[in-house]
Formats: sequence, C-alpha cells, structure tokens
Amino acid sequence: MTPFVYARADSLGETIAAGAAPDSAFLAGGTELLNWLRLGIAGPARIIDISRLDGLDQIEALPGGGLRIGALTHLNDVAQHELVMRDYPVLSQAILNAASPQLRNLATIGGNLLQKTRCAYFRAEEQLPCNKRRLGSGCSALHGINDNHAIFGWTEDCIATQPSDPAVALAALDAVIVTAHRSGGRRIPAAEFHLLPDTRPEADNVLQQGELITAIELPAPAPRSAYLKVRERESYEYAIVSAAAVLEMDGRTIRRAGLALGSVALRPWRLSAAEERLAGADVGDREALSTAIEQSFAEARPLLQNAYKIELAKTAALRAIERAARMPS
Amino acid sequence: MMITQPVARPDGGVKVTGRARYAADYFAPDLLYAVLVTAPAPAGRVTSIMVDDALAEEGVVRVLTHEDMPKFGRFASPRAEPDTQTQHAEGPPAAQSFMPMQNDEIRHEGQPLAIVLGETLEAAEAGARRVSLRYEFAEPELPAPPEWTAIDKAAVVPRESGFLFLEPTFTKGEVDRGLSNAAAMVEAVYLQPSRHHNAMEPSATLAEWNDGELTLHDATQHVYGVRQVVAARMNVPAEKVRVISRHTGGGFGGKGWIWPHQVLAAAAARIMQRPVRLALSRANAYSCLGYQPRMAQKIVLAADKSGKLTAVQQDVVNLTTVTDDFVEFATEASKGLYATPAMRLSQRVERANVAMPTALRAPVEGPGTWALESAMDELAHRLGIDPLDLRLINHADTDPATGQPWSSKKLREAYEEGARLFGWRERPRKPQRDGDWLIGYGMATCSMGCFRHPTPAAEVRLHRDSTVLIRTGTQDIGTGTLTIFPQIAADVLGLPMERIELEMGDTQLPEAGPTYGSSSTMGVGAAVLAAAEDARSQFARLANLPPDEVEMQDGHIRRKGAAGGQTIADVMSHTDIGEIIGSGSFDPAQHGKGLAMRTFGAIFMEVGVDPGLGLLRLRRAVGSYSAGRIVNPRTARSQMTGGIIWGWGMAAMEQSRHEPVLGRFLSKNLSGVAIPVNADIPGDIIIHFVDEVDEHASPIGGKGIGELGATGVAAAVANAVFDATGKRIRELPITPEKLL
Repeated sequence: MTPFVYARADSLGETIAAGAAPDSAFLAGGTELLNWLRLGIAGPARIIDISRLDGLDQIEALPGGGLRIGALTHLNDVAQHELVMRDYPVLSQAILNAASPQLRNLATIGGNLLQKTRCAYFRAEEQLPCNKRRLGSGCSALHGINDNHAIFGWTEDCIATQPSDPAVALAALDAVIVTAHRSGGRRIPAAEFHLLPDTRPEADNVLQQGELITAIELPAPAPRSAYLKVRERESYEYAIVSAAAVLEMDGRTIRRAGLALGSVALRPWRLSAAEERLAGADVGDREALSTAIEQSFAEARPLLQNAYKIELAKTAALRAIERAARMPS
Repeated sequence: MMITQPVARPDGGVKVTGRARYAADYFAPDLLYAVLVTAPAPAGRVTSIMVDDALAEEGVVRVLTHEDMPKFGRFASPRAEPDTQTQHAEGPPAAQSFMPMQNDEIRHEGQPLAIVLGETLEAAEAGARRVSLRYEFAEPELPAPPEWTAIDKAAVVPRESGFLFLEPTFTKGEVDRGLSNAAAMVEAVYLQPSRHHNAMEPSATLAEWNDGELTLHDATQHVYGVRQVVAARMNVPAEKVRVISRHTGGGFGGKGWIWPHQVLAAAAARIMQRPVRLALSRANAYSCLGYQPRMAQKIVLAADKSGKLTAVQQDVVNLTTVTDDFVEFATEASKGLYATPAMRLSQRVERANVAMPTALRAPVEGPGTWALESAMDELAHRLGIDPLDLRLINHADTDPATGQPWSSKKLREAYEEGARLFGWRERPRKPQRDGDWLIGYGMATCSMGCFRHPTPAAEVRLHRDSTVLIRTGTQDIGTGTLTIFPQIAADVLGLPMERIELEMGDTQLPEAGPTYGSSSTMGVGAAVLAAAEDARSQFARLANLPPDEVEMQDGHIRRKGAAGGQTIADVMSHTDIGEIIGSGSFDPAQHGKGLAMRTFGAIFMEVGVDPGLGLLRLRRAVGSYSAGRIVNPRTARSQMTGGIIWGWGMAAMEQSRHEPVLGRFLSKNLSGVAIPVNADIPGDIIIHFVDEVDEHASPIGGKGIGELGATGVAAAVANAVFDATGKRIRELPITPEKLL
C-alpha cells in the first residue's frame, strides 16, 4: 500500500472539485477500495472521503412514481427499505444475496456498482498478465482457467465478468444512475453504465475522473420482479450466473419483461431479444418462455471451459421469470 | 466423575472476546516486521536482486537475500532408522528438506527469495513492492492434466526419504484369482484437487535472540518440533531454543510440521540482532505452507454374488514437489476397512514444480475413504445390495492387512445406531422431489488409523490450597485439550474444574508430542492421567493411606467406599510440603502390543440437487462413531460436527486450483477459494458415539476423534448425489458444472 493524502469533503461541490484532480479516488464504504489498495490495483495519491456528505443516503419516492436512492445509502438499508421490498423485490433480493451482512452494513449502493471484476488473475496479489491490471500485458485467463468467465461480449483482451448483484437488478429495472461532475452531471441508463472490453479493456465503466454517483433512480414500481443467484455455496459468494426478471403482467400474460443476466459479461447482460418475444407469452408456458430466452443466446460465445454456463444461464433466466410471476402484484 | 461429562470449554470466553493471544499478538521492544518477496514463477533462478528502491522507503531497515543467510543445518528426522538409506534423510517434524534462500534457485512459485525488514509492517510491505528482481526462468515441470492417463504416465515410485512412512506397495493373497472369480466388479478412477488448510490464523513467528538463546512465539501444532528443527537449521543446541505457543488459531495439519518461514524468522532476527516478526500473508499461506495434494486413485473392487469382496486393487498417485516425495497413503483405508482375501495396493507420486504438500485433516483415510467408499457404493448398486448391507457383509472382524485382532471395534453398533437415527432402512427408494430439488440419500464408512505419539512427561501439581496445576508442553489448537486435560485431573483428584489450572504451549514445560493425527487425548491425556494418579498416590502416603485403595472426591481423600475422609488442607497442614508434584508419561509401545488400532464410524447424509442450476445442498446428516471412551461429549460433538462440515467442504466446493500455464495456485486468497459458510450447514446434524472403552489404545480408554469425522463424508455426498440424480460423480469437488 502506498501512502496517500486523506481529505474529507464537506459539500458535494467541494467533492467533485477535489475529485477532478488526477490520481484521486472517492472513499464511500471503503469495502472495495481497500482491496484495490492492498492488492496494488489502485494507488491513488489522494483519497476523498465522501462517507459523511449530507443528503446522499436518503431513499425517497419520486413525484410521478419511482424511487430515488441516494448513492451513499448502505446496501442493507436499501434492501430492507419498505418501499424497495414492496415495489422492487428484485433489487432487495439482489442486495441480500450479495456479500455478507457485515459488508452490506458498510458498503454503499453507489460504490457497489463500481466493483471491479473478481477474475482471479486480476485479483492476484502479484501482478499477472492482465489487460485490466496493465494494458497490453495480455489476458492470462484466455488460455488459463476460464470456467467462470464471460459468455457474452468478451474479447481476446478481456474475458472477465462484472460481479455486482444489484447492478443486474438495476439493469433489468431500467434504472438510471445519476452523477455529478465539475462539468455537469449525467443520467446514465443502468444497462449502459459498465463497459465491455471492446474499446478500452482497462476501463470498467463510463465515469470520468471526478464524476460521482449521487443517486440511483428507479422507474415505476415493479412488484412482479425477482432475482436468482447460482453459486456453489449458499452465502457470501459471487455468482456463477445470476438472473433478474421484471414483469408487467395481464393475468397470466406477460405484457412487458425486463431481463438481465449477471456474471456472464463485463456488464449486466440485457436479454433484449428475449424480452421482445416474451411480450404476449403465457407465463405458464415453459416452452414459449424457453424459446423466447433462446433468442438472446444466439450471440453467446463460450470459452474453452465455460460452455456449461450457457445452459445454466438459460435455466436461471427461465426460473427468474417464473419467480417474478409468482410475486404478489 | 468428570470424565465423560459435557463440560463447557474454559477457554471459550477469552477466545470469543479476543483476549486470547496468538503468535502475531506478541510484541517485543525494538521489533522489526518482516515481509517476504516471493518467486513469481515456478522454476529458474534469480540473477539479481536490486534493493536500493526498497531501502529508500521510509522505515525500511534492510533487505535480506540468500547472500545474507547463514548456511542452514540439516535436520535428520528421528524417524529415520540407522543402517538404512534414510539414515540422514530429512523428514518430520521438518515439513520439507528444501530450504529457500540458500542459493539462487527457484523450485516453486511463491518461494521466499528475499525478506524486507521494516520498523512498521506498512514500511516492510511498501519496501517489498519495490525490491526488483531479475530472473532466468526455466521450463517448469507442471502438474499433469487432471485425468488418469496423464497422471498415470507422470507417476513414479517414491524414493526413499523421511516422508516415506510405509512401504509404497502392499499385496496380500491372490488378486488375479479374486478378480477372475468375481461375480461383479467395479473399476473406477476417483480424482480430488489440491486443498489448503485455510486456518483462520495465518502462520506467524516472532523470533528474539538474547545472548545466543532464541525465543520463538509461534503458531504451531508442535512446540517441541519447532525447537528441534529450528535449532538444527540454525546450528545451535536445542536447549538454546525456547518455543512458546499459548494458542494456535487452527491447525488442521498446516502447522503440524515446521516450514521454512519459522527458520527464516530466526535467521533474520540473528542477523539483525533485533526481534523479528514474520507473519505470513494469506497469499504466503498458500505457497509457503503445505496442502493436501491433488490425487488420482484407480480402484478395482471384485465381489462374489453374495457381495463378499474377492479382491481389492488400488493405485494411488499424489502430486508432490520436485525436492521431496510426500506420499499421501490413501491405500491405508483399503488395508484397514473390509475383509478381503486379496489386495494389491500401490502408492506413487507425480513430481512437479509446486510447493511441498503436507498432511491435512483428514489425511490418509480422508482421500482413501473418498475413493473406497464411492467404489463400495458403486459395487452395491451393481450387485443390487443395500450399501449398508454390503458393508456389513464385508465387515472386518480382524485387521484385513495383518490379521491382528482389534484393540476395540464397535462398528456394527455404529452402523446400526446411525441407520436408526437417520431412518436409513426406511428411506424412500423411489426418486424424491422437493420443488426444483431432487433428494438423495447416501452413506459411507468412516475410519482413521490411530497415531499415537509418546509423551515423555507431564506434571500435575497439587497445592496446599486444593488447587491443581497441570504442566505440559503440548499446545492448544482449538480442539478441546484445554477442557479435557483439566477434566482428567479433576476426575482423579476429586476437585471441581475451577480448581484446575493448565499451563501449556512452552518448551520450558514437560515435553509432549505434536497436536496432530488426533493423538492428544491418547498421548498427553494418558500422561496427565498418570501424573494425576501419581499425585494422588503421593498424597495418599501423606495421609497414611494405601495409595492403591484410595479415592478422592469433593476435596476429600478416603479409602474407596468409605465415608467422610480428610480434606486436602487437613493432610497438607500436617506437613511442610507446599505442593505435591505428580509426574506421568505415555509410551505407546507399552500399550496394545500386537493389536490393530483404528477408529470407525458411519456417516449418513441427505442432500438436495437442483439439476437445472447445478446446485448441491446438504439437508441433514447423522454421524455415528466407534472411537473408544469419549472424555467430553460436548467438545467431542463439536469435533465431529466440524469434521462433517470439513468433509462437506471437500465434497462440495474446496479446491486450490493449479494454474496450468503460470504454475501457481490460481487464487491465493479466501475470496477465490470457497469453504463452507454457516448458511451451507443445516442444524439437523446428529452425532452419536457408541458406548465403548478401548483399554489398549491408551489408559484413557479413548481414541483420537479429530479427523475421523472428516472421513467418509465426500463419498457419502457423492453417493447421495447418485441416489438423487443417477449421476456418478468421481471428481471432487461436486460443483455446478458437474451436475448440469
């Protein structure tokens, strides 16, 4: 760990001004930044503690429906919030399936989206060939152990996956990530927040230096939604595959579906083709659901060791839809 | 009667409140913090080590390389018999013969190459990042791909060494005849990955020299072993080395033998003339310590129509390092479990540029029962015989390898009671479903050999104020010794637990053996028992009573069966003796000569498999054991439950994967290596012990239990998965991709 300057900002304005300096990093819950510092993944010269900024840890209903979640809200506070549990069960479930209770008490919803991949080569204590650790050094996983790597959107530069559970739920919900920056803030669709490795494999998301997530906005309530996570142990483990389903129903008929998969690509993977086919399908018709899901797997590309994830992901998507349909509306 | 009572742990409070002090909690004035710089590749040599940048870091005091190190002495294992090739062989308690930092060679990834010493840990860590090394890498020997043909091809007969505890081959009877006469046969290969101990406490050593005498605060399962090996390596007499280990935060075999870092800490402290603490990082714990090696086992079981085995053949290959042949004797299970007229067993090794393997809970029969108990289940299905009945049919009334009678064995009772508690006989035979879950039932036999270590001495001191002090050089690794030794002394001296104090974990205390191989109750326990009885006899003489005819109870001594008696204070007040020092020892050679010794048991498990998502979850388990007298059913129950959980980890998730290109472990942290969490373990785990006393294994009447619970479990899980899905999994761990 290399020495750094620690500063605490008192206002949002001060924060984004300070954050604009190169080599500075924001500190919220700290549960992930500390990993980066210990592993040498990041070595910022300046750390700006935003954990005590006022007004960023509120959850409030938006006029005209929807919910605004302050970026500094702790994960458990989001998951256990009455409105989130009632109106957005997919998000509550995704969070409660993430990390451990202790980490969820400390980690924030904004910070959670900034997690870097769990690829073992990337997370190694010694720097291994990895384009995310050092651009141009190659990808060890491509010819190494890749049974838990991407099946969508990978390139030879990087075959890793994005690990956040909440991010998958937010993508399926069509949530918006609200940011602040010295040159003005933005509203970024959750499904477009993370970057695939095709242009800049070293980058994880669209944020610029000094750009700060201030809130996450959820659209109209989605009570018929569910999250499913597959992992070898029951808790405190990243997904092999996860699936988020958000349904609007007319009786047994799906009117509109939002579907996203986790741990299959460097971003939550929206199954847009499947969503289109699902509209109008009877939720009890497994074959129809499977056929619809199949549409989105034309573009799946297995690596040497992870073909099993394709079948697994299809089943996970199907089960998530069925779970969502069973939720009370 | 304290023995057999479920006494609570006296050490529970200090441990859950963080007051118990472990090796890395100790401090010394003027302490230097050591951080290792390790090899990034598995083979080659270091051509230069540039330390200027590291030394420029504030607080970095020195960077030690192989050029600074003393020439370490050889350690001749006391196991080695004179007049054999092993005479000068190195072996346990040294974990490996290879000592790093003696020259520029690299033999495995993660091997220590330099030690950065700083005034703070942060400085030493920062310095370690700035040491720059140049290498000349060589083509490494890498582990073969995990399948039998490749492993078989790479396998060689192990060479003579201090780690070859037994003959690598064993035959009995006419195997070929047994095979050709068989009505049913199973031939299968069972694979298991390398697995680390992943103890909560990473190893740590604080070394301090004073006038040529070395004191080590160490995380170890064997303080006397540390003393022997470090003294030999540092070329000083053993008496000049004191090793202290008040608490060790989990061993499981990983801290059993003595690894290079313990020696390196001592060497660094001597060079610097300052105390040095070397606490291994979690990553170091994966490459500077051992692990249970990747293994492949080919088994052939042959049986007649009635299910009686006619032949057993087993070929075992385990991975080892290039410098030492560690042999994981999985064939011991086949030697000891079932009656068979013929067996042919072999152990080979596959050498590669990997770190040295070592014993891991449960060694030997742990891997052995995975293969054998899976194969027995396959045979049962082939014969159409209930898996439990097949085991009863082949019950070994005497030791299958030697024909010797057992010191004690109540396995039939363990089967019967386990089956009853589980409802094995009544289990549904048709496929069961619970929503998306397929339900399956499986069982396996559990067994461990008895490792008995001599305990040269233990002391029990009875004071005038009716308090007792037990002194023994054994160590606490969390297994319950802090509870059962006071129980034994309390039992003999008729005093409550609160009156008994225990001093442990110091080579200034009477010498005791290691805390591994499930050996402490038999060895140290017997020595404490003998010492307490000696104290009672001495005390009887003071009370003018015949030592053989007294009993002590409620603080009184009296003739057996008599009422009343004299209090300890009364008797003592008539003398000028401050304390009575009872001493005892345990020599296994004096007990159970000519008898075969083992612990036994049966594990029954119910699992759920979600075949769509590849999930495997434990629903309930019953473990039923024949392990001699149980000194404390409460700590014993914890041990067995822990063993079953440990076995669940082996079955369902644990693996330290060998990266096939870089020649390192893929993940060297607990984020990349899954071990069970609370949510994986159902509350419904029932532990049963058969009422039994083994008077031959040790005067305690008990046998070791620390590893027994971890045996058989992986096979029982795989057998239950087969029952649920019809899929036979022969490669651990049983992860989702194998179940889809």
